[in-house]
Parts: sequence; structure tokens; C-alpha cells
Amino acid sequence: MWSFFHKLGSPPWLYRIAGTILRWLLPITLVALCVGMTWGLLYTAPDFRQGNSYRIIYIHVPAAVVALAGYYVMALAGAVSLIWKMKMADVAMKACAPIGAALTFIALVTGAIWGKPTWGTWWVWDARITSMLILLFLYLGVVALYEAYDNKEAAGKACAVLSLVGMVNIPIIYKSVDWWYSLHQPASIKFTGDSTIDPSMLYPLLLMIAAFYAVFTCCLLMNMRAEILEREARTNWVKKLALEYRT
Amino acid sequence: MHPVRKQRLLIVLFVVLFSSAAAGLVMYALSGNINLFFPPADIAQGKAPVGQPIRVGGMVVADSVQRSDNSLAVTFELTDYTANVSVVYEGILPDLFGEGQGAVAAGRLNEQGVLVATEVLAKHDENYMPPEVADALEQSGFDHKGNAR
Repeated sequence: MWSFFHKLGSPPWLYRIAGTILRWLLPITLVALCVGMTWGLLYTAPDFRQGNSYRIIYIHVPAAVVALAGYYVMALAGAVSLIWKMKMADVAMKACAPIGAALTFIALVTGAIWGKPTWGTWWVWDARITSMLILLFLYLGVVALYEAYDNKEAAGKACAVLSLVGMVNIPIIYKSVDWWYSLHQPASIKFTGDSTIDPSMLYPLLLMIAAFYAVFTCCLLMNMRAEILEREARTNWVKKLALEYRT
Repeated sequence: MHPVRKQRLLIVLFVVLFSSAAAGLVMYALSGNINLFFPPADIAQGKAPVGQPIRVGGMVVADSVQRSDNSLAVTFELTDYTANVSVVYEGILPDLFGEGQGAVAAGRLNEQGVLVATEVLAKHDENYMPPEVADALEQSGFDHKGNAR
């Protein structure tokens, strides 16, 4: 068990295992994404009030859910790199930020597109939407802060602290629709009790959420592999790998 | 665990707890301002300022929507089932605006306690279902949770 954690700290081992996982995960992800997308966008019934515009749920909700979960991954990686000074945790933290920012951006944009026909406005400063905008700025802040330092160790430390402090925003986003009066509706999928979305619409949504988790994992592993290569560019194993690739 | 790492772990936990407590206090202090709208009950109790831009949210009372014959003017009532607020508005209502549905109106309260709205937004609820299911529920007289209407 412990040897697995020690191996995680080894760049060549992590690079190789990430490659092996990707070889399996990438096709599964693409299939899940295509199936979920066609099922949700073409083969489900329209909503009784919103008609077809509700279908944006199949992009909006998975992007938002994974954007929140991805922040925990980033903060956890930051904590590990602060406490155990594990270089690969720092790599994982840095790799999370742009993916999370992209997902948050997708959630905000699709929400605005849905808001116009449903609510009658693109944007409103309610608790859910504002806290989601803060999440976007936190992700972008981590990206910018990392680039602002010349010393990568100091950069990693500063970003880890920023992501840990920003973690408080995640439960706020999640509970914002219950704690305050907001225009955004409360969650339809409930962990306790019955979901208020019809099962025929729920199953493709759950598939899309799973697919977006897989997309996040794929992007994370690919980002990490690229970052490992860049950091280890002067080592022998990378040189050997480059030569193998050439021949 | 190594004492140095233990110390760093405690610092990390302290940072997380401390920032959560700080955020919690800020939100507690601002709790009234984070709400997007006032419920009608607050307006009946005089908690909302008169003449200031505010928002009121609630359900549109059934049979309360009255449209003018020769203009876009419309009046309706919002309720939270404890109090009602009359709203006057001139403009185009969102497609999902309807009686018995949620809505948020932005504008100013006049001296009579009527909201002169400059913007009306429809508030969607968390219920999603195909039209057939909605029809079936309508006929059975139960909502999606199995409660009688």
C-alpha cells in the first residue's frame, strides 16, 4: 500500500501509469460523451414548461458539478504538496486549474444562454451565479499566480494556499440556492429523497455527469504528463523517451 | 507522522478553518444583502425601503394577472402565501411567466405599497418532466411528490 504512494512521487512511474490509464479511459470517455449527448439532446422528451431549451442541462449541470469537484482535487493536491512537499502533487494542482476554469466558464455561458429564454435575462447578481463567478476568478487566479513567480517552489506554495483558502467557496456555491433567495432554482438531483426530475431525463444526465468526470480525469492526466516532461526535460529518462519516440 | 509534517498539516487545517470562519462571519453580516429579492411578507411588515430600487419574489397569484387592452401595461400579485404584493409593469413578460409560477419583479415601492416594476423575471422551479407526465399528474390530481393538490 505505502509503496504505491511512494511510486506516485516518482515522475517516470507516474508518467507511464498516466499513459496506460489514458489509453483505456480516453476511448471510454469519448463513447460515454457521444452516447450521453445524443441520448440527452435527441432522444429525451421536451420539458413540460421549458420545451427544448431545458436540454442545456446536459452540458450545464455536468460542467458545473465537475468544476466544483475539480476544485477539491486542486485544493487537496495543494495541501499534499504543502505538507509532504511532494512535487507530483504540485504538478497535479497546477494541471487542475485551467481545466476547472474552462468548466466553470462553460457552466456560466450555458447558464446565461438558458437564462435568457427562461428567466428573461442573461445575467443576474444572485448568490449562485455570483459565487460561481468567484470560482472562475479563483481558478484563473491560481493560473495567473503560478505564472507570476520565477521560483516554481514559491509559486506552488502560494497557489496551494490560495486554493485552500478558496475552498470555502465550494459549499457556499452548493448551498447558495437553499440559504438565500436566488433566481437560480434549487438542485433537482437529490442525494436524500426523490429527485424532482423525471427518470427518463435523469439517466442521460447522470451519464453526462459521469462522462464529464472522465473528461476532467483525461485532461488532468494529459496536462500532468506534459508538465512532468517539461520539468524533467534534463533527466536521462526523458532523453531516452525522446530518442525512442524519434526512432 | 514526522513532527515537521504534522506541524504543516496543522497549519493547513488552521488556514482552511480560519478562512471558513471569516467567510462565514462576512456572510452572516451580509445575510440580508445576499438575498436577491424580498418575499412579500417582508414588504407587508415594512422591512423593504420605499422609493429605493428593490426586487420582490414570489408566486404569481392565480387569476390576478390583468393586461391592459391598449398597451403593454400589466398588473399582477405576488404571494409567499402569508402576504401579497401588487405589481404594475409595462413591458414584455418572459415566456415562462404565468399564474401559479414563480416570478421576481424589480422596481420601486410607491407610497401605497405597490411595486412599480421596471423588470420582471420568471423564476423556474426544480421540477423537470415530459409533457405527458405533467398531463398525467394533472389528471390524477397529485403532484410529483404524491401530495394531493
